[in-house]
Amino acid sequence: MNTLEEAKSAVVEEFSMFDEWLDKYEYLIELGKNLEVFPVELKTDSRLIKGCQSRVWLDVREEGGRLYFRADSDAIITKGIISLLIQVYNGRTAEEIRQDDFSFVESIGLRENLSPTRANGLNSMIETIRREAEKNA
Amino acid sequence: MDVNSLRSQFPQLKESVYGKPLVYLDNAATSLRPLSVVQAWDEMSLKHNSNLHRAVHKTAVDATEKFEATRVAVADFIGASSPKEIVFTSGTTQSINLLAACLENAGFFSEGDEILIAESEHHSNIVPWQMVAARKGLKIKVLPVDNNGEILISRLPELLTPKTKICCVAQVSNVLGIINPVREICEICHANGTLFLVDGAQGVAHLTTDVLALGCDFYAFSGHKMFAAPGVGVLYGKKQLLDSLPPYMGGGEMIESVSWEKTTFAPVPGRFEAGTQNISGVPTLVPAIELCKQLKTSEIEKEQEKIKNLILEAFEKDPDITLHGNPVEREKKIPLFSISVKGAHHEDLSLILDKMGIATRSGQMCAEPLMDRFGVTGMLRASFAPYNTLEEANYFIECLQKAIKMLK
Repeated sequence: MNTLEEAKSAVVEEFSMFDEWLDKYEYLIELGKNLEVFPVELKTDSRLIKGCQSRVWLDVREEGGRLYFRADSDAIITKGIISLLIQVYNGRTAEEIRQDDFSFVESIGLRENLSPTRANGLNSMIETIRREAEKNA
Repeated sequence: MDVNSLRSQFPQLKESVYGKPLVYLDNAATSLRPLSVVQAWDEMSLKHNSNLHRAVHKTAVDATEKFEATRVAVADFIGASSPKEIVFTSGTTQSINLLAACLENAGFFSEGDEILIAESEHHSNIVPWQMVAARKGLKIKVLPVDNNGEILISRLPELLTPKTKICCVAQVSNVLGIINPVREICEICHANGTLFLVDGAQGVAHLTTDVLALGCDFYAFSGHKMFAAPGVGVLYGKKQLLDSLPPYMGGGEMIESVSWEKTTFAPVPGRFEAGTQNISGVPTLVPAIELCKQLKTSEIEKEQEKIKNLILEAFEKDPDITLHGNPVEREKKIPLFSISVKGAHHEDLSLILDKMGIATRSGQMCAEPLMDRFGVTGMLRASFAPYNTLEEANYFIECLQKAIKMLK
């Protein structure tokens, strides 16, 4: 398995290929469509992060000292970003995640998708990942 | 005045986003500001800044005169009988909160009384009433809308009871863009002895408002949705009703005399204007009102009509688009469009449109109960102002179709 830093660099590099915003979104939409199917029975209120815009469901599992995430959203671009987050943080130790600042999302130019509004389910998702890491660290 | 000369008054229309010219279709959230408004704010801040109603020096007198002249202009603009019926607030939300709190403090509500609110209301015309209802043990009743979004007036007689103390309805829905029949509703409410509040936030800039002809007891609106400075709002109330209400907040110029034993309060509207007022902001209502009046010219209105028809026809042609707020008669709608698109989430659409230079709104639009009514988690809204062009409307439709294609 690659390191967390390597995983982040890979995503940043992938995104640097896109000059155009719409190409970036096309790619995220593609990622969103290919995200592993989230089991319907896991779509419970306790896993739901409700925002004004899109809804996000997040399931966190701890196994052998590592955290595993599954997530879903009703909005496809959000789902694409979820896919990136899972690609980077899945299977990391709680300590690794706890020490990370999640700024790579900003460095791939998705800052406005993370604007600190009540509207934002994605922001809350990152907060939840962080909290879970704190809990398990 | 034509659209081009109107556009030249709004410098922000020359801005670009992501290298594309800004197409601003979020006017229902807040309108852009014309130079005249910014200049009025500037002038108040840089030349006439002084606290109001207190000092005897020249600058204070000038500032007070400008502030009070605004009250006269607002009264004239909405057809109030007297400037004393105009209370300045920070916006529609504060206007409604002020009214709800004052009615409560006046002992207007008794346990078991009812408040009737339209299903299509903005949270700002729901939550203040829910808060009073929770404190006083009142019942909130809902005046429903039909599948087109039109208020079911026929349901009024059964919903109104001797306990219905006030009914609250928007002049125009911020989600549906429908011009509600507030005058008819008002008449029915009054026949029942029920007070009537109109939320004019979306209506005031688009329609010609005459509160006397309308007959409403209270009318609330914001400056920032009608080109004036943000942080400025108005509560209109019939003089004898305002006279019967106690103050909202204490302090500042809302008093008549203060002693440790007994404090008495200023007459209306000063009684409701505690603390230092928005000295620079309020006078911007004067140029904003001036502009609103100028916009009621046939040329501008014709362009708006064309935009409305173009968008409605484009939506009707597309089986994947559901327009929420589709009144039987087209004249009952302002150019404000909220839609759901099959297979495309409103947030995704708004994000993609943004990258094409188009500012739209997505989400629940502060009307969660209405979202539930239509069985959606949110909508995409494009709201037009008189400075938007037919060309922009065409570009919006073209980009919307591109965005939908991307998401499918």
